[in-house]
Amino acid sequence: MTLTRRHFLTRSAAIGCSAAASPLLTPVSFAAAPWDTRLVVIILRGGLDALDMVQPYGDPDYAGLRVKLAGGPLKGGLDLDGFFSLHSELSRLMPLWRAGELGFVHAVSTPYRNRRSHFDGQDLLEAGSMGIGQVPDGWLNRMLQHMGGVENRTAFAIGQGEMKLLHGGAPVSEWGPDAALILSPQAQLLAEQMMQGDPLFHSALAEALTLSQGGGAQQDPEGDDSSMMEMTMPVPSRGKAHQKIAEYAAERLRNETRVAAFSINGWDTHSRQVAGLKAGFGRLSDCILTLRDGVGPTVWNKTAVLAMTEFGRTVRENGTGGTDHGTGGAMLLAGGAIRGGKVHGRWPGLAEADLFDRRDLMPTADVRGQAAWVLQGLIGVGRETLEQVVFPGLEMGEDPGLLL
Amino acid sequence: MAFTPELAEIRFGCGLSPILPAKNSAEEILQHLAGPDHMAVAHPIDSSDSLLPYLSELNALRRKRRKAQGTDAYEALNKTYKAMRKYERATWTRWFSQVILRHSQTNDGFRERLALFWADHFTALGKGGLRRQMNAPYVETAIRPHLTGRFAELLISAVTHPLMLSYLDQNRSVGPGSRAAHRTRKPKGLNENLAREVLELHTLGVDGPYSQQDVRQLAELFTGLSSNLKKGFLFRPDMAEPGYETILGKQYGGDPARLTQIYAVLQDLAVHPATADHVARKLVVHFVEDTPDPELVDHVAARFRDTGGDLGQVYAALLEHPAAWVPELRNVKPPLDFVASACRALAVYPEKLQGTSPQNVVRKLIKPMTMMGQKWEHPLGPDGWPEEDDAWITPQSLAARIRWAMLAPQRLVDRLPIPETFAMTSLGPFATGPVLFAAGAAETHSEAIGLVLSSPAFQRR
Repeated sequence: MTLTRRHFLTRSAAIGCSAAASPLLTPVSFAAAPWDTRLVVIILRGGLDALDMVQPYGDPDYAGLRVKLAGGPLKGGLDLDGFFSLHSELSRLMPLWRAGELGFVHAVSTPYRNRRSHFDGQDLLEAGSMGIGQVPDGWLNRMLQHMGGVENRTAFAIGQGEMKLLHGGAPVSEWGPDAALILSPQAQLLAEQMMQGDPLFHSALAEALTLSQGGGAQQDPEGDDSSMMEMTMPVPSRGKAHQKIAEYAAERLRNETRVAAFSINGWDTHSRQVAGLKAGFGRLSDCILTLRDGVGPTVWNKTAVLAMTEFGRTVRENGTGGTDHGTGGAMLLAGGAIRGGKVHGRWPGLAEADLFDRRDLMPTADVRGQAAWVLQGLIGVGRETLEQVVFPGLEMGEDPGLLL
Repeated sequence: MAFTPELAEIRFGCGLSPILPAKNSAEEILQHLAGPDHMAVAHPIDSSDSLLPYLSELNALRRKRRKAQGTDAYEALNKTYKAMRKYERATWTRWFSQVILRHSQTNDGFRERLALFWADHFTALGKGGLRRQMNAPYVETAIRPHLTGRFAELLISAVTHPLMLSYLDQNRSVGPGSRAAHRTRKPKGLNENLAREVLELHTLGVDGPYSQQDVRQLAELFTGLSSNLKKGFLFRPDMAEPGYETILGKQYGGDPARLTQIYAVLQDLAVHPATADHVARKLVVHFVEDTPDPELVDHVAARFRDTGGDLGQVYAALLEHPAAWVPELRNVKPPLDFVASACRALAVYPEKLQGTSPQNVVRKLIKPMTMMGQKWEHPLGPDGWPEEDDAWITPQSLAARIRWAMLAPQRLVDRLPIPETFAMTSLGPFATGPVLFAAGAAETHSEAIGLVLSSPAFQRR
């Protein structure tokens, strides 16, 4: 036996606990949300090639660097401003650009330099600190920690896979499409008692049960709730996963949720970048359009979507129809609250001497600074909090004017 | 903190079984591991070499079919092609079932766990259509035979395998000064993906003593490593960058380009002290807990260094240290391990699983694992699956585990076991009061079994 008798008795005592005291049966509160605007953060994992998303065809050095991957209006790119063009696979977003609801910030990066590891790069992007391992939590969670009135449903991490930017002390909901857990009352009580001694399991169970009750992805639109009472094998429903995630996010954002975060993967285009970006930009377009349509015009008008990636890629295409890990990248902005129709940021140029390490786009601004200004303008987070707590070590500098 | 048979079976094996006995000592575990691989024979998975003729045939057929588009021949070719793809899908699910069967039938559970551990350490995935089939054969061929040898052998075997060369883009990396680069006008050049991951993930670790310059030089040295579907592995000196490369201050390469120079750098990296630390830490985190006892890590790393990476000795160091036997169950089983150990606890008949149609294997086992957060053979990147417990136990993935635990067992066995007995046989001394109570108090048989399988005592190890 590895359990002590005392341990055993403590655990057994849990069986006696009454249903009334069970946190699982506490009704969900729908307090007023602490602010009214909506923020969506999409993490593009794998290192999106900024030069192919927003193609600097007006830069004299661009054509020599990108041959197989040549962009610009003559190669199918959609002209944005006479200098930059948009990758053709993002054409479905052009109406947003024209309406001022789509914009970009070019040549941004985290403080991550030289190692070019996806995993460290993503960790730093989500931690929001100067270096790796300096903070235990994610920047979006630290923002929530410093705002009053944040409740469980104020922020959502959606889909499978970790969203470290939302990890931390502030309450955050984590859920996704097709996840509903329907247990009989007896099974629910027994499961709760069984998991009481294990906080990780216990809190996950409580959340799962509450979120399953609170409607969401599995709710029957006809209002016939008999289908909800039957537990089914956990298999995904039909449809594209990323689209279902965006639909779920939109549904939450229509209600009390103010912050949603999810990932779109598949940007690590070392070879066959043409095919890789076609798929990736297709997913990204789906998600943004689904969000816009899903939240409706009123909410969309107060929404900012930030899509960011751990690093950009080499300015030169490699020998295999792709690009390798780089440094400076780009951020995508969408929503009615942002100042779109513009490529923000300071363009560093592509001449050999202007590159980082003579191979990567030189970052001219900290991607955290862009996010910080959005948090300030959209949610009202103070500058001091942003520079010292949310993004420790950041100097926000001048307002880049990303919001209306 | 000492060995117990049940803890050993749960922490270092595939979980408790009602029919297979637990082993009585760490020595016995290591003896089994040093002996023959019975499960590979009983539940075979094809070798990657044996797959090549099939893949090249499929490739040729695909080309023929493309050319025949719009002609009368297309229909017949398309029919054959579709039949081959269907067969391929069935094979893929059969291999998955073999993994589950090995876990549920073995007396040598540590071997299965090590196979998963190293397959994850050397994650290689088939990126495009044809190679997707290669994952299980890669593990079978490149990883499994080298579990107990020297780390260098395992490293060389994994890094030079065609699937790895394709996954990390080495196949198409050409030395800028090589003959192949001058032969065509198509731009060809270096791809540093494999070189970077060998340093960052496979050997020294991301905090290891290497620079971007080392990555670049290693990428140049690696040029020439190649493969195709017809022949498998190839060394192509015409793709190799001429001249010497310096990696971690030591010179390799030279002309003419030789494969032995690539082996030499891998052998040196395999016994580097940073590699010893990196591998030791990963092993302890995987087998014991997320925040490991530094003494245990040091003990395992020291054995790695002292023996030049003799893996059998490294495992012995792990199993002999008291800190490996903390009595509380810590790590959460990833979904595959959860599902497989549940099948073991339920004593699912091999015939039952073998007789299940591919569609049903997908529906009963593979798709639920996706909902638990582990899409089989699809980790996000070359760093494989996460180790952190809270990466696996989120509200949505726990919901999927519970749903599966309550609904799948009745579809996997003809008759569900008696719940209280099941709690004892599947949890042994870890059957705590609330679990035993739940097993007895549940309203239905399937809920009772589901609750036992959902308990933290079963989910952790």
